[in-house]
Amino acid sequence: MSILQVSNVTKSYGKHSILSDVEFSAEEGQIVGLIGPSGSGKTTLIKLIVGMDVPTTGSVDMLGERVPNLGLLKKIGYMAQSDSLYHDLTGYENLTFFASMFLMSKREVKERIAYVTQLVQLESALKKRVSTYSGGMKRRLSLAIALIQNPQILILDEPTVGIDPELRKSIWTELVRLKVEEQKTILVTTHVMDEAEKCDVLTMIREGRVITTGSPQELKAIYDVTNLEDVFLKAGGEAHARHSSL
Amino acid sequence: MRVTALFKRIVLQLVRDKRTLALLFLAPLLILTLMHLLFTSNEVPSSIGVIGGSFEIVERLEDQDFEVTVIEETTTLKKLVEEQDLDGILKIDGEKLQLTLENTDPSQTKMLQAKLQQVLSLTQDRTSIEMAYVYGNENTSFFDVLSPILVGFFVFFFVFLISGIGLLRERMTGTLERLLSTPIKRWEIVMGYLLGYGLFAVIQTIIVVLYAINVLDMVLKGSMWHVLLINLLIALVALSLGILLSSFATSEFQMIQFIPLVIIPQVFFTGIIPISGMPEWLQMFSNVMPISYGANALKSVMYKGQGLGDVQFDILALMGFAVVFIVLNIVALKKHRKI
Ligand SMILES: Nc1ncnc2c1ncn2[C@@H]1O[C@H](COP(=O)(O)OP(=O)(O)OP(=O)(O)O)[C@@H](O)[C@H]1O
Ligand SMILES: [Mg+2]
Repeated sequence: MSILQVSNVTKSYGKHSILSDVEFSAEEGQIVGLIGPSGSGKTTLIKLIVGMDVPTTGSVDMLGERVPNLGLLKKIGYMAQSDSLYHDLTGYENLTFFASMFLMSKREVKERIAYVTQLVQLESALKKRVSTYSGGMKRRLSLAIALIQNPQILILDEPTVGIDPELRKSIWTELVRLKVEEQKTILVTTHVMDEAEKCDVLTMIREGRVITTGSPQELKAIYDVTNLEDVFLKAGGEAHARHSSL
Repeated sequence: MRVTALFKRIVLQLVRDKRTLALLFLAPLLILTLMHLLFTSNEVPSSIGVIGGSFEIVERLEDQDFEVTVIEETTTLKKLVEEQDLDGILKIDGEKLQLTLENTDPSQTKMLQAKLQQVLSLTQDRTSIEMAYVYGNENTSFFDVLSPILVGFFVFFFVFLISGIGLLRERMTGTLERLLSTPIKRWEIVMGYLLGYGLFAVIQTIIVVLYAINVLDMVLKGSMWHVLLINLLIALVALSLGILLSSFATSEFQMIQFIPLVIIPQVFFTGIIPISGMPEWLQMFSNVMPISYGANALKSVMYKGQGLGDVQFDILALMGFAVVFIVLNIVALKKHRKI
């Protein structure tokens, strides 16, 4: 059974339909990539999966439970698209605050903070106020917070925006390690195609509809192209043509 | 405990925000002091000209702090008032009294009139009238009656504003949503906020009450503990109302817009303007205004010297408001997370 199952989800704000008939699933130990143009509904879908919002119709199930569910939130590490940090607190204080939301023991908190800060290379800035951080540092701190309770499922909305190539590479290496060694399930949205290549499964969204799903290799084979960007353009074009002919 | 963590975080954030702290703790003192000075300032002695008065009358007037100028008979009294820069001229012609007043400041004129009448009645009847006061004494100033209301009002106003903006900012920066994506329960957020801002409300209340009583010599007939308790209840209502209303605002500016809508109307029903003189339907409004209960309780304790038993209805009303607002807060957070 899938660890995450999005069934027949539609979401509208007032008259605006943002997502329509979204079918989507993820298996344990997979990195699932969600790609699509700006405004296509990726963040909206992510919020439905985390349980911050409820679908207009359809359902989201995670680990066999219906979302939204308070108990599930402990198992989800969520990194929002916009940095949601307490700017008047230091990086360390932000981390301990969020850690205490998961009722972790003092020792556990210490260990996890040491691990996540080393992962995002933020050790030296930990005692500084977040208001003095650069854009990339804030992004890294957000990622560290998402990992703080050692969650089973990671849901990361554009985690590497504003992060330099070197660190981006080491973060992806770590994500892959978490998947392989700790069987974590990772759902990530991105606009960067070489990150998309690293995903096990890719789901492409356009105007609130899933246009195609498959591993990067499968997709390239189906559409008979050599890179993902072309897949996207082709799949998008077809979906568009199909849609407007209806 | 998540509530403790939230409490600590709010305290830490506020302690680092020196300006907001200053607003919370010093602004009420500043305004109270100003009001105190305005309402208890010694009246400027009235200068008055007397025509045809006996030596005795002049002496009595001088006893009452009048600046008396004895004037010889003249016909154009009005012109004389201006020429001599007097507040008024009293012409005594046997039994007939004639008072000509400058009257550029009607309230001052009224005061002069009242005082003059007092003096004259004493001289003419040759018997001193004993004055009796139910509350206060001949030294009671408007400030003494006003001050209990002011103390309660400032506690309400500043706690309302700062706690409301606190939660609002949390919402605007997205941290509320981030917080709600952790397993924290909605009531834990509300509790954390109540405790965090509550601590500062307690400190503020203590500072304001101590300052008002010890430095400004505010009348305190009842118990200081009762005053503190009532103010804490007022702060609790303000706190829960502030964070509740902040969910209907999308910016700090919109939060400020609640002041003329929610705060100012309450001022009118605190007893600064006599409520009993209002039309019936308007009086009904005071029933739904938390400050009116707080002000009434404070006035009873501070000015009339009553105990908690006498104001239990007001206290229950304040508690009721707080409970209702707290429950509404927990419900309102559903807007951000359905569970
Ligand atoms: N609360 C809301 N009310 C109304 N419309 C909304 C709301 N949130 C999102 N939308 C709309 O939903 C659409 C999808 O937004 P979403 O943030 O999901 O896009 P996205 O795919 O994440 O884009 P990006 O890559 O730029 O982050 C947009 O057209 C947006 O205007
Ligand atoms: Mg987005």
